[in-house]
Amino acid sequence: MPQFDPTTFTPQLFWLVVSFIALYWLVAKIAVPRVGEVLDQRARVIQEDIDRAVQLKAETDAAAQAYEKAMADARAQAGDHMRAMLADVKAVTEKRTADISSQIGKQVADAEARINGAKQAAMDGLKAMAADTARDVVAKLASVTPDAGAVDEAVAAALKETR
Amino acid sequence: MEHAAEGATHGPMEQFKIEPLIPIHVGGIDISYTNSALFMTFAVMLTAALFWGATRRRLMVPGRWQSVAEILYETVSEMVRGNVGKEGMPYFPFIFTVFLFILFGNFLGLMPYGFTFTSHLIVTAAMAVFIFVSVTIIGFWKHGLHFFTLFVPPNTPLVMAIVLVPLEMFSYLIRPLTLSLRLFANMMAGHVLLKVLAGFIVTLGIFFGWVPLLSVFGVTLLELLVALIQAYVFTLLTCLYLNDAIHLH
Repeated sequence: MPQFDPTTFTPQLFWLVVSFIALYWLVAKIAVPRVGEVLDQRARVIQEDIDRAVQLKAETDAAAQAYEKAMADARAQAGDHMRAMLADVKAVTEKRTADISSQIGKQVADAEARINGAKQAAMDGLKAMAADTARDVVAKLASVTPDAGAVDEAVAAALKETR
Repeated sequence: MEHAAEGATHGPMEQFKIEPLIPIHVGGIDISYTNSALFMTFAVMLTAALFWGATRRRLMVPGRWQSVAEILYETVSEMVRGNVGKEGMPYFPFIFTVFLFILFGNFLGLMPYGFTFTSHLIVTAAMAVFIFVSVTIIGFWKHGLHFFTLFVPPNTPLVMAIVLVPLEMFSYLIRPLTLSLRLFANMMAGHVLLKVLAGFIVTLGIFFGWVPLLSVFGVTLLELLVALIQAYVFTLLTCLYLNDAIHLH
């Protein structure tokens, strides 16, 4: 086996040492720093992106929250306005209704008074006319001039009966 | 370095032969530039090309080559972080070097006309011994003589300790052997199998030769997987040994 020929040992060992040292220098001074730098940089960029994303998300959340709050405030304000306006309208309506109904009541009362007055006048007229008629009838039929007081009483009694 | 067609004249072990390309002798010591050294150079150059090309533009969204470099980096750095923890990260460049060196060594060996320097026990043993010695030094440096408690599993009764401590010490001391043999044996066995099967293609000829040909295809795929797995296992065990030295248990 060529592996166990001792005369080949020294050249193999010598060149092993030389090439291994050369490779070690290459790896330690060039390969590792350069690749490490690329990997570190990439990790840093990714971390920065993640950080920025987190920050943006926080900002978005804050904005969304502010929007929600503004919406809720506006809604509450609108509700207040609505309620105040409704209350105003109600008050005005009630006042107007009350005014009109009291006015109508007064008019009705006036009208009633007028009607009553007219009715009374008519009744009084009727009584006088009935008394006159009754006297005339009595005078014609019996040729007697009746006592005015007695005729009035009789007419009043008769009217009471017919009522 | 021979081809399958020459299998009739060359044995399956011929592919592991070390051939000096540039003979160099310094003070009576042979340090010739061999085919093994050539492929070590290729491994270094390939790593350099990969990482230079991959990190030239340093894109936020990586391209193909940058992805390859990043996956290799992250695989090994996760391995170190997961098995050793933060204290292991100073050793990450070394462990990454071990991984890349073995990975490219294994893969280059599977290329046509390739030579697998990890199929030589002296190479894997040198790395394993270096790792073993370094890890032991780190252990004593971090914990002093307290490092010896590594050989006493937690909550061991004294009677059991008499049996367990020599066992633990033995398993610790054979670590460089198991570490180097696993890689060396896997790589050598795979290449011998490929060469033997390839030899059959020629021997069986045009009528039956397609059976070993298909086998060679399948085994080559398997060996690609083994090349990756063995690099991973070697690196993972390095991490575990380092973890023992840093955290004791």
